[in-house]
Amino acid sequence: MNIHIKNGRLIDPKNKIDGQMDLFVDAGKIAGIGNAPAGFVADKVIDASGLIVAPGLIDLAARLREPGYEYMATLESEMAAAVAGGITSLACPPDTDPALDEPGLVEMLKHKARNLNQARVYPVGALTAGLHGKELTEMAELVDAGCVAFSQADAPLTDTRVLLRAMQYAATFDFPVWLRPQDSFLAKNGVAHDGEVATRCGLPAIPVSAETIALATMLALARDTGVRLHICRISSAAGVEMIRAAKREGIKVTCDVSMNHTHLSENDIGFFDPNCHLVPPLRSLRDRAALRAGLADGTIDAICSNHAPVDEDAKQLPFAEAEPGATGLELLLPLVLKWAGQEKVALSDALARATLHPARVLGLDAGHLSAGSTADICVFDPEAWWKVEPAALKSQGKNTPFNGIELQGRVRYTLVDGSVVYQV
Amino acid sequence: MNNPQLNKDGELQHLLTTEGLPARIVRDILDRAATFLDVAEGREIKKVPLLHGKSVFNVFFENSTRTRTTFEIAAKRLSADVVNLNIGSSSTSKGETLLDTVDNLCAMHADMFIVRHSQSGAAHLIARHVAPEIHVINAGDGRHAHPTQALLDMFTIRHYKKEFHNLRVAIVGDVLHSRVARSQIHALTTLGVPEVRVIAPKTLLPTMVENLGVRVYHDMAQGLKDVDVVLMLRLQNERMQGAALPSAQEYFKNYGLTEEKLAHAKDDAIVMHPGPMNRGVEIDSVVADGPRSVILSQVTFGIAVRMAVMSMLAGDKQ
Repeated sequence: MNIHIKNGRLIDPKNKIDGQMDLFVDAGKIAGIGNAPAGFVADKVIDASGLIVAPGLIDLAARLREPGYEYMATLESEMAAAVAGGITSLACPPDTDPALDEPGLVEMLKHKARNLNQARVYPVGALTAGLHGKELTEMAELVDAGCVAFSQADAPLTDTRVLLRAMQYAATFDFPVWLRPQDSFLAKNGVAHDGEVATRCGLPAIPVSAETIALATMLALARDTGVRLHICRISSAAGVEMIRAAKREGIKVTCDVSMNHTHLSENDIGFFDPNCHLVPPLRSLRDRAALRAGLADGTIDAICSNHAPVDEDAKQLPFAEAEPGATGLELLLPLVLKWAGQEKVALSDALARATLHPARVLGLDAGHLSAGSTADICVFDPEAWWKVEPAALKSQGKNTPFNGIELQGRVRYTLVDGSVVYQV
Repeated sequence: MNNPQLNKDGELQHLLTTEGLPARIVRDILDRAATFLDVAEGREIKKVPLLHGKSVFNVFFENSTRTRTTFEIAAKRLSADVVNLNIGSSSTSKGETLLDTVDNLCAMHADMFIVRHSQSGAAHLIARHVAPEIHVINAGDGRHAHPTQALLDMFTIRHYKKEFHNLRVAIVGDVLHSRVARSQIHALTTLGVPEVRVIAPKTLLPTMVENLGVRVYHDMAQGLKDVDVVLMLRLQNERMQGAALPSAQEYFKNYGLTEEKLAHAKDDAIVMHPGPMNRGVEIDSVVADGPRSVILSQVTFGIAVRMAVMSMLAGDKQ
């Protein structure tokens, strides 16, 4: 199918394009930018007047909950949510049940996702069997099955010798290792940032040192092993500073932040709002400022939704017992735009952090609109306001700290492989 | 953000915490409690009909004989019907959620819930969930709050010291895990106590506790110097050894309240404790039973204060 997207403002961070330009899609590829290729006859014309035409978003952390947690969400519901959010590729962490530690599970997930013909799914394999932190998984087999990286998700890996071996082994084959830094002893039972709010509310706390100690370990081992290390969900100012220093030193490290932590702080917990029970915990306003600045200056490579749909009943509990996590796929774009607007970051630079840069973390030739590249496209109205309401969300997860909030930026069309998979 | 314990007219709808509780409401509660003290002491029949026909459910997800009993006595003196439920050992262990339990009790036409739960925020969760005509009193939630304890402590302080604006008050012990300490700090600062101190080793103090408006001391002699009121906290058994403290003996040596340490306080200082006491751990028996101890007055006043809170929430407005 030939599609002509006309009159839109085309933004492509990689090719430094930001201007009114038509886009021509032919057989799933970008066939022309600005000018139609010779003999192009459109089967479908999308009028993007007043809209922005950008690469489809790439989300580094979206829990689809399959296999094992279908009561929280299903592949079907979450893939629909992804394209409704303009997300055309997503990486899913291995903390399913069973964990993604067997090639068969990964193939099954890929197969089921492919049949839905929506966003592309890039599974992150388990770094250790069952995420138990003891034995390595068959990483090469898992990569053959479709894994793009290896991770412990939020499961602890306390044995530093196992961590060293895992990094050495992954480095042998140049497989990336994705880790969320958190010392499991310091974080034990903790549900909130160790600061004023946890003190006031009497909530068991997780100190910033839980992040920095684990991060120091990871960076030291990355330095020794030369592994491609990706740090997931950095949450503190001190952590951002360590990443900045590690990059300066030349350690091969990249880093992402959750959109929730880009906008919220411990103060949002208020009177025990379980929607603000998140992993990692929301930290202080000072930490949030450092995360926002780190994202702007490139210390933090990418912003992700950290999508973690949970079932409603699991949130209707006292704060500490409530299942952590929030739905996020449909909020990623407006929250990127909100951050960009508040921090006066150019739209193109902001979108790069949710398209081109996460593609690089994933090692994909994606997240851009070059001639001949795959036509994964997001067309959105940057001005449209909408109110986040649980019933309107496609995700089966209805809980988010942003419930009831008005956000600006609404996806109008999502194209994957040159096909319109979502439109309103 | 709305204060979830006040209704839109600024009146008390639930009692969940002393934080953000307006001083006028605290004073109202204390004044009203004073009138109920007479009910207990001055009369042959210890009952008033303010809560006649109302159902008060004591819902304890965490065991407590003492607090539950004082609430029960308070409700009965107000002529309420009282139902006691110890849920810690029944429904929740069968998989029923907290709010399922609450819904069931609402269906039995409860007018008021007195709730104790091991998790911080449990009372807020219930208060958000129930219909507007139902009132919730927090009888202790995790490490967060125990407002009626703090209010009875305020009543006791006012009884002995008359005013708050000229006092120096020290809270001694495990502030980190203490809901009582948090509620006391907010109540004391609300009532205008100019100097609130906490005295504890660093392992028993929460991060940035000074932001609650207290001065931090690690030494009893310095911390107790010239104080008017000493509020002792209970040290839970599970804290007495391990990573927080090496032993009960060493704790007593440094932080146990003895006559010798109390000598640093003002001559007319009073000593309080929320009970149950660990004699020889946080407090020496000589002090606990001594002339400056007002610990048993706290228990008596506790019933009057709980009557005041309950009647204010569910009784006819006076």
